[in-house]
Amino acid sequence: MAPMKVEIITAERVVYSEDVDVVVAPGIEGELGILPHHAPLMTTLQSGEIRVRKGGEEISMAVSGGFLEVMANKVTILADSAERAEEIDEARAQEAMRRAEERLRTHASDVDLERAVAALRRSQARLKVARRRRTRPSPPQV
Amino acid sequence: MPNIRVIRRRIRSVQNTAKVTRAMEMIAASKMRRSQQRLLAGRPYAEMMREVLGHLAAQIGDTGDEVHPLLRRREVKRIEVIHIAPDRGLCGGLNSNLNRAAGRFILDQGAPVSVVAVGKKARDFMVRSARDVRAVFTDLGDRPSLMDSLSISHLVIQDYASGYADEVYVVYGRFVSTVIQRPFIQKLLPVEPAHLESSLVGGYIYEPNTTEVLGSLLPRFVEMQIYHALLEAIGSEQSARMVAMRNATDSANEMIQDLTLLMNKVRQEAITKELLDIVGGAMALEG
Repeated sequence: MAPMKVEIITAERVVYSEDVDVVVAPGIEGELGILPHHAPLMTTLQSGEIRVRKGGEEISMAVSGGFLEVMANKVTILADSAERAEEIDEARAQEAMRRAEERLRTHASDVDLERAVAALRRSQARLKVARRRRTRPSPPQV
Repeated sequence: MPNIRVIRRRIRSVQNTAKVTRAMEMIAASKMRRSQQRLLAGRPYAEMMREVLGHLAAQIGDTGDEVHPLLRRREVKRIEVIHIAPDRGLCGGLNSNLNRAAGRFILDQGAPVSVVAVGKKARDFMVRSARDVRAVFTDLGDRPSLMDSLSISHLVIQDYASGYADEVYVVYGRFVSTVIQRPFIQKLLPVEPAHLESSLVGGYIYEPNTTEVLGSLLPRFVEMQIYHALLEAIGSEQSARMVAMRNATDSANEMIQDLTLLMNKVRQEAITKELLDIVGGAMALEG
């Protein structure tokens, strides 16, 4: 299969830029998988996990919000933040999740509630990615 | 013949100047490193976003009018120019280059121009040349956060959406290298459509739907472009200042050398003259 180009960029840096076979991203309407020669697409992202497969290798990244564009066999992800699995501080993510849950239990104002839910989603995505890395190496799926 | 004491005083004064400019050079150098790093890291995001928006504008074409206020194209009755210049001087020719570029650009426009001045030097210039100043933002500091830039972005978004301005441009010093900063004029709104092959136009899928995607993407685009322009401007300012201060320090040191040489010459001449006097006096006594 002809590879497609993927670029994952945040305001601070280029997180990932490679030719890959498959991209799976957390679209706002649910997870979406993108294969080469996908139709032009524009979607917002929610916090979650981005997986890209290149050859037999799969890389997983945590992303929190942003936009994804597919255009001319190129996937551009403009993320609010994105980290590769090895960059995630699991203890910190755990702590953030605990704090967010705490805040959700103690009833705060609406704005705080929204932020707490967002924070909770972010930390959950990070933890998921970090844990996936720990449970590997798994056999490459075909 | 200049007086030795006068020269010595002059040397001391130049030495002090050199000390000051050297300190300023070092401060600018450390700020420069940080700001260059930030702007270079942020550039791919800003550029990619511009590209994506270009695709979007091309896809939407002339039907943009109803889709989102920030995609509406109108007859140009008023132009808004965001002029970004430093708060402070002592940065070589940067300020005058920026102001000249902005001034010329404004004069070239057929429609009336409103100016949003960012930075004291931008404000001073625009007020001095009696432009219609819409707003002034100063003291954003050397490390503005995205939050600091939002008040500018929101004003611009509002002005465009409400129909106050029909085109928006940003003028700032684009960082090319430590020694080169180029005044750069970027059209912000309306978004310029990219030139796409006809096979790629049409059939864009939006999730969840066009309104939502554009509703969150377009304001973010304006915010990020303005924020990035600020980063570029600050990187340029610090680089220009570092180079200007280095040149000043070098000139001061050169001046010290010249003055020292002159002082030695003067002193030697004085000694020679004194010796001649003494020898002449001794010979007169003997004779």
